[in-house]
Amino acid sequence: MTTKGQIISIFKQVAADQNRNLAPLSDDLRLTDSGLDSLSFAIIVTQLEETLGVDPFNSGEWVDFPITLGDFVALYDRAVA
Amino acid sequence: MTTLRNILSALDPASDAALVGKRESIALSSLRHGSTLAGALPALRGRSVLIHATKQSAAATALIDLDGIARRIVLCTPDLTPAQLAMVAETAAADAVVSDGPDPLVPSLPQHQIAPRAAPASLPPESDAATEWVLLTSGTTGAPKLVRHSLDSLAGALAAVPVGEGRRVWSTFYDIRRYGGLQIFLRAIRGAASLVLSDAGESAQEFLARAAHAGVTHISGTPSHWRRALMSGAAELIEPQYVRLSGEIADQALLDRLRAVYPRAGIGHAFASTEAGVAFDVNDGLAGFPAEFLDRPRDGIELRVEDGTLRVRSQRNAAGYLNRSEDVIRDAAGFVDTGDLVELEHGRYQFRGRRGGVINVGGLKVHPEEVEHVLNSDPRVRMSRARARRNPITGSVVVADVVAATAADEETMGALKRDLMQSCRKVLAAHKVPVTLSFVPSLELTAAGKLVRPGA
Repeated sequence: MTTKGQIISIFKQVAADQNRNLAPLSDDLRLTDSGLDSLSFAIIVTQLEETLGVDPFNSGEWVDFPITLGDFVALYDRAVA
Repeated sequence: MTTLRNILSALDPASDAALVGKRESIALSSLRHGSTLAGALPALRGRSVLIHATKQSAAATALIDLDGIARRIVLCTPDLTPAQLAMVAETAAADAVVSDGPDPLVPSLPQHQIAPRAAPASLPPESDAATEWVLLTSGTTGAPKLVRHSLDSLAGALAAVPVGEGRRVWSTFYDIRRYGGLQIFLRAIRGAASLVLSDAGESAQEFLARAAHAGVTHISGTPSHWRRALMSGAAELIEPQYVRLSGEIADQALLDRLRAVYPRAGIGHAFASTEAGVAFDVNDGLAGFPAEFLDRPRDGIELRVEDGTLRVRSQRNAAGYLNRSEDVIRDAAGFVDTGDLVELEHGRYQFRGRRGGVINVGGLKVHPEEVEHVLNSDPRVRMSRARARRNPITGSVVVADVVAATAADEETMGALKRDLMQSCRKVLAAHKVPVTLSFVPSLELTAAGKLVRPGA
C-alpha cells in the first residue's frame, strides 16, 4: 500500500474507534474539519510511527504543522522517502 | 479584606471591559453593583457553596458574587460525574449549589439559578472572614482532590507581564475553573480588562476567530492547546502581544514555532500547579528554567530541587487539601513537592516528566494504575504496565505492555488484544485507553517488588 493509502486506512480506523464522523477525505480537507479531535490525531501519529517507522514531527528538523490532509500526507511521504 | 467585588467597584463605570463567551457578553461594569445571583445572596452568606455551571461566564459571575459573601466556594469542573459531585458536596460540607442549568445537581441541597445577566441588587454585607476557595484536581484513583486556596494565594503578587502597553484583552484556551485558566480570569479582573472565554463545543479556528474579533492582546494555553492552534491553520488570525504556555512541558520546538508565527509577541512559559501555585515565569524563549532561579527567590517564591523533583515554598501554595490532614501537601521544610522531575543541563533545569508516572495526555492526567487495573482484571493477563509515550500532538499518549498468563499462538493473542482494547474502551475515558498494546515476555520489578516505571 502507498503511504497515502496507509494514512487513509488509519484515519478511518481511528475515526471508527473514537466514534467520530469522518468527513469525506480529500487532499484539500483541513485536518480541523475532518471530524477528528486532538486525541485522534495523537493516536494516528503513534500508529503511523508503528506502521511506517517514522515520526516526522519528532525528526529534529523544523516541520510546518500540516493544515490539510494533503500537507499531512506530503509530510509522511518526505519522511519515508 | 479585598474581594473580587471590591476590585470591580473601583472600575470606571464607562469601561467597556467584558466577559466574552461564545454567545454572551457580560459587561464588568454591570457587576460593580449588580449580581447574577441577586435574590439568593442573603441566603448564601456565610455558607459553603458549590459553583457548577455549564457556561464559563456563569461560573465567573458566580465567583464575583460569592467571593467575600460565602464562607467557602467550591469551583466545580464541568466533567464531574454525579457520583463525584455528590462526594465533593459531602467533603466540602456544602449548603447549596448555584448553577446556570435547570436540572437539580445534588438532590439533597437547595439550588439557586445563576442568571445570564447581572441585575441591580442590594448586596449583603461581606462575610466576617475571607472566603475559602476550593479548586478540584484529579487524584490517584481519578477521584477529585479538593485543594484549599484563598483569593490572596490565588492572585497575590501576580508577576507583572513582561510586555504590552495600553488596553489589554485577555484570553485563554483553558477553562477558568482550572488553575491555569483561573489565573487568567484573575488577571483580567485585577486589570479591569476584557476576557474572551473558550467554549467546550468550538474548534480552535472558531475560538481564535472570536479572540481575534475581540482584539486579544494576551493569551494563554497549554502546549497542547498551542499545538492544536498551530495545526488549525488559524493561529495567524490573532496578533497577540503576549503568548503564555503552562500546565505541561513547553519544548523548544514549540517555543520556536510560536516565535515564528508571532515574531513581535513576548512568549513566556510558566510553571504552576493547583497545589504549588505559580512558581515562575520564563521569558527568554528557551525551554526549561535557569538554575539561578533556585538561588534567588523572586516575588517571595522559593524553589529547590530534592530527590530530583521541583519543590516550591511561597504564599501562593495551597493551604492544603480539604479532606486530608494539612501536612500532606508540604514536606518538613514547608515546601510543596510538585512531583515534576527536573534535570540540570548546561545551567538550566529541564522538565523530564512526572514522578510516580502520572501521564499527561493533552493536559488531562492519567494514572497508569487505573489502566493497569482494567487490563489486569482479565484472567488471561498476568501483569501489565501502562506508560507514557511522547507524542507531538498531546505531549504524551498512553501505551501498555502486557504479560500474558500463558503463551499462545498469534491468533489467540490477537483475540486477547482485541478483547483488552474493548474492555478499556468500555471502562476508561478516551484519553486513558492505550494507543498501542504490546505483549512482552516479562516486566521488570524493583527490589521492593514494585513495577519499574520509567521516570519513577
